[in-house]
Amino acid sequence: MAGHSHFSPANVEEHFEFTSDTRKKLMVAMVVGAVLLGIGVLFPGGGEHEAAHAVAGHAAEHGAELTGGAVSHHETSWNPLNRLWVNLWLNGVYFSGIAVIGMFFVALQYLTKSGWSSVVKRVPEAFPRFLFFTAPLMILLFIFKGDVIFHWMHHGIMDPANEHYDKIIAGKKGYLNFNFFLIRMVLIFGAWITLWTVMRKKSIEEDLIGGNENFFKMVRIGTGFIVAMGISASLSAWDWVMSIDTHWFSTMFGWYMFASWHVSGIATIILTIVLLKEQGYMKYVNENHLHDLGKLMFAFSIFWTYVWFAQFLLIYYANMAEETIYFLERWEGHGGIYKASEILNIFLNFFFPFLIMMTRDAKRTTIFLKICCAFVLVGHYFDFYQMIMPGTVGPHGGFGFIEFGTLILFASGFIYAVATELTKASLVAKNHPFLEEALHHDI
Amino acid sequence: MNTTAEKYLVGVYDDEDEVLHAVSEVKENGVKIEEVFTPFPIHGLDKALGHPRTRIPIAAFLFGLTGLTCAQFLINYTMVFDWPIIIGGKDFFSLPDWIPISFEGTVLFTAFGMVFTFLASNSLWPGKEPKTFDLRSTDDKFIMAVNMANNKKSEAEIEAILKASGAIEVNVKQF
Repeated sequence: MAGHSHFSPANVEEHFEFTSDTRKKLMVAMVVGAVLLGIGVLFPGGGEHEAAHAVAGHAAEHGAELTGGAVSHHETSWNPLNRLWVNLWLNGVYFSGIAVIGMFFVALQYLTKSGWSSVVKRVPEAFPRFLFFTAPLMILLFIFKGDVIFHWMHHGIMDPANEHYDKIIAGKKGYLNFNFFLIRMVLIFGAWITLWTVMRKKSIEEDLIGGNENFFKMVRIGTGFIVAMGISASLSAWDWVMSIDTHWFSTMFGWYMFASWHVSGIATIILTIVLLKEQGYMKYVNENHLHDLGKLMFAFSIFWTYVWFAQFLLIYYANMAEETIYFLERWEGHGGIYKASEILNIFLNFFFPFLIMMTRDAKRTTIFLKICCAFVLVGHYFDFYQMIMPGTVGPHGGFGFIEFGTLILFASGFIYAVATELTKASLVAKNHPFLEEALHHDI
Repeated sequence: MNTTAEKYLVGVYDDEDEVLHAVSEVKENGVKIEEVFTPFPIHGLDKALGHPRTRIPIAAFLFGLTGLTCAQFLINYTMVFDWPIIIGGKDFFSLPDWIPISFEGTVLFTAFGMVFTFLASNSLWPGKEPKTFDLRSTDDKFIMAVNMANNKKSEAEIEAILKASGAIEVNVKQF
């Protein structure tokens, strides 16, 4: 009979094995990523169109008006290594987001006391382990290479006596200054990591002692995390990404970046579960659970589009020069090198998920889910690429060895960290009070 | 009296698991079930009854398409063709501005269309006398209706099958 599975909380416990073979493959991937990155750093311009550099001189003058970002002021002192720092920052933001969405997903399930997700929750629960890598990396990048990434950190930009003085940016000094930014950054990462660590401890403890006590504790931690996330999602969006284009601002930006993170996080959760299932794990996760997760991915792709478009439409419609610059820079600034990824962004993140995930059957079929997850993950990489690159590397950007190498390096690092974390506990929370309900989930 | 009377045998069950199992049991005994009425949704009941997948999404899609077309016609006729106005320095035909209206037109037509589809498919038009097999199906009983016109078996045979499958009572209902 439908909805009656032969699994019961007593027989579902299983442990993920991170085989040395998989470990080796990931190591190879990391080395490949590092080598590509090295090639990109040693031979700047290799792998990307030389034309971008030919027009760079022109674009720099033109770009001075077409950019709200960092490039225009530092045209003379361009260091090819800058592109590496910016790429590390880009991937740091993207993967921190995916990692923290794992915690967000779990917290949300506890806040709403959802039952269906208790079979899958150990997967997103493992994601935030990667924050232990990205948090120090991003903090160090900010401290030592912040002036490469952020326009407002350029030397002398807030000093009226300096030739680089910018009155508008100096007006934002109360919020955008080194110390306050660093404090916020440490607090954001600190809150995420602390709450996750406590949650994870309670979750593993639940496997050993059982009972409902830990469940209610986790509801409380989860609620706290949602509050923290409500504030930190916006703060991190303004700080880490929006302040790159210092002159420009958008009240939609916090939502926009959170939507981007959220849908990438859900795609990662689905992809991880499907891949685990293909290796023979998580047999108790049936197509009904995948259907629910697929619905979330479908819905949040549209949510992202809604926010992206709302931000775009208001700017387009109002037609004010200081706002349209943001889209103009991406559309035709810097010799037009960001136009393709801007178009790709919409197709990968809206049209493809919308059309692929529309039907009920697609959400219950792993191959469609996998294709859609791949589109969403690549698409949202490009989304962050579009947010960060034009304002930082500008005409020196492009998609070359550095970009590809850094992405591979981060992705394999993320898989490595999550796989290691997954081995530390049963793949299913075997004493979760709603597990029985989840095993018989039927929609 | 109604001359074209439809005759139904109505089995009353008082447990959701029982009615779910009864459906397959009754079907196995060669009785065609018209419909099962329950106070709340029962998982797997649709599948057990063998109802075909609903075509509601297709109706929704067609209503949406109609709405999109109407919205596009309205905007294009008024803003581009009949009385062109320059707004915000944009072209007369400026697609991004029209997405909200296109979206709203699609949603509006779909919403109304689906309400009317729902009413029509449930025979809920004004003046229609409701077909209620047993009032307790809105309270705590699960009702299985068997249309005699669709079954070759005799009334006594079907009654025995329903009783055997766990029905606490079997009534005759005529409309």
